[in-house]
Amino acid sequence: MAIDLLYFAWVRESVGRDGETVDPPAHIVTLGDLLDWLAASSQSHANAFADRARLRAAIDQRFVPLNTPIAGAREIAVFPPVTGG
Amino acid sequence: MKDVRVQLEAFDPGVELARLEALDVGAVASFTGLVRGDGGLAAMTLEHYPAMTDAALRAISNEAAARWPLAGLIIIHRYGRLVPGDRIVFVGTASSHRAAALESCAFLIDWLKTDAPFWKREEWADGAARWVEARSEDDSAKARWR
Repeated sequence: MAIDLLYFAWVRESVGRDGETVDPPAHIVTLGDLLDWLAASSQSHANAFADRARLRAAIDQRFVPLNTPIAGAREIAVFPPVTGG
Repeated sequence: MKDVRVQLEAFDPGVELARLEALDVGAVASFTGLVRGDGGLAAMTLEHYPAMTDAALRAISNEAAARWPLAGLIIIHRYGRLVPGDRIVFVGTASSHRAAALESCAFLIDWLKTDAPFWKREEWADGAARWVEARSEDDSAKARWR
């Protein structure tokens, strides 16, 4: 099932785009699996997702840890820890 | 009264405080965050995740309203390019109890730092640019409200 990916801040700059639509294979279960799969697709993805400790994510606009299953997700955002306020 | 706004435009804290005072409940507290100009900072650009920001700010304000007896609550968070001295964020609360007004205001700003999807990019006078890193103190500031 197609998932809309969104990137913010330096993750967006590092990947080189603000988003994309992907259709991951069935063996991609968690967000971490998805990042591994994307990292294998291009050097810019690999660079952006190299240090998982610096990444945060949201599934359908809710913060979730990277070990969260992505089944049923429509929109997944990947970004650095937030710095608002 | 609950008013939560994410906007490009500047805001006037005086106008917002007057709206809270008009509720006539005895105690109004507020926090205004500004862009610091120290160290040669030229500008700061705030990026956010529009589809998520509104929901996150609403969740934060609902949490404050559930914890304290508030008559009024205003959150304004700007995005876009700001220069030193510009206001970034405003939090204002009104209650019939001063502790509720003060504590909920501090709670809201602590939670905004960790739970609202904003990112700050700094531009320096020498042309360098860098994304602001999250600070562990922000997580501990939030943790004290558990």
